[in-house]
Amino acid sequence: MIGELFIIFIGVVLVNNFVLVRFLGLCPYIGVSRDLKSAAGMGVAVIFVMTMASAATWVIYHYLLASGPHNIWFRLFGDGIDPSAFNFSYLRTIAFILVIAALVQLVEMVITKSSPALYRALGIYLPLITTNCAVLGVTVLNVDSFFPGGEAVPGSFLKCLIQGFGAGVGFTLALILMASIRERLELADVPPALRGAPIAFMIGALMSMAFLGFTGLI
Amino acid sequence: MLKEFTKGIFKRNPVFILLLGLCPTLAVSISVENAIGMGVASTFVLVFSNVIVSLIRSLVPKKIRIPCFIVVIATFVTLVELFLEAYLPGLNKSLGLFVPLIVVNCIILGRAEAFASRNPVLLSLSDGLGMGVGFTGALVLLGAIREVLGANALFGFELVPGFRPAMIMILPPGAFLTIGLLLGLFALIRARREARGAE
Repeated sequence: MIGELFIIFIGVVLVNNFVLVRFLGLCPYIGVSRDLKSAAGMGVAVIFVMTMASAATWVIYHYLLASGPHNIWFRLFGDGIDPSAFNFSYLRTIAFILVIAALVQLVEMVITKSSPALYRALGIYLPLITTNCAVLGVTVLNVDSFFPGGEAVPGSFLKCLIQGFGAGVGFTLALILMASIRERLELADVPPALRGAPIAFMIGALMSMAFLGFTGLI
Repeated sequence: MLKEFTKGIFKRNPVFILLLGLCPTLAVSISVENAIGMGVASTFVLVFSNVIVSLIRSLVPKKIRIPCFIVVIATFVTLVELFLEAYLPGLNKSLGLFVPLIVVNCIILGRAEAFASRNPVLLSLSDGLGMGVGFTGALVLLGAIREVLGANALFGFELVPGFRPAMIMILPPGAFLTIGLLLGLFALIRARREARGAE
């Protein structure tokens, strides 16, 4: 079990890095990677939101949406009805995005209260975590990989949690690497047409090539 | 109305100028076919969510407008998801994760918030259509470049027999490299044009 969890973690941090291999969360990757401090702040916020979102969406999917003996609607109203009638998994997208929106609001309130400086540094990007595709991406990925055919695999809650946490760590790793490269890039002689986003993407290409080297690690 | 339509295609192209919707752009532009599928699906969601948001704009309280818009968008995305699953399972499989992720495409929420919630229905419709066409165009351009260089093919047909393509272009690094060079090219063209205007 521990080994399995470790493989999930390494897989999502290095082999299938969310930013560089799966192309999730590119907007903050380009937008918040100008200096190291806000990159680290954004990374911590994303790790937190991703882990929480993975836990929350597991509970919602397992007990409210997926059909089976666990489904609460089946338990309440299912006397004599086939459990497969209580399959609400088509509501996955709507339910998950609302959960994430609520979670982000919560994180925003906590950060505003506890660290106004961090709040100012993150600026508009904190509300944007809601539309950060990496967060919704990891919850959908959790369902795809740990609920094959709508049936939960053993230990799926822990696996979802690890995958969510690992995805956040992978995102933060890519973001921090990028921010430290871009801080040096300030002093480099970049052709004017390539300044800003274009050169950032080309660096992304090189980093992505490096991460391709992890293919086959697991 | 025509102006709202064309601005999305060139002057304010969502991908190349506004840098929105990058994740699906890079991820699905492996081939032209995928690019068109994704573009059409996103345009459908964009147009209909713009229309609905514009219709309900005076009913929605300002404080909870974003969650309301997201629910509207998610509804249309679910429609697209079910449609693809039923009628185009092959495309659905190759787009994979990025079909439900249309919900968080920043172009769609961005247009709902910046345009549709402030403008009448017909204008919002043409804005959505223009942005959708601009997004699809960017996807197809990127997809075509990557498919030609990376798979030596277009729409799945082999181009130069016996030529061995540069695989790297259809792998993730190729996507980053292509969009970086394209953005640089557009910045160069803009700078040239401005310099000419200043003379």
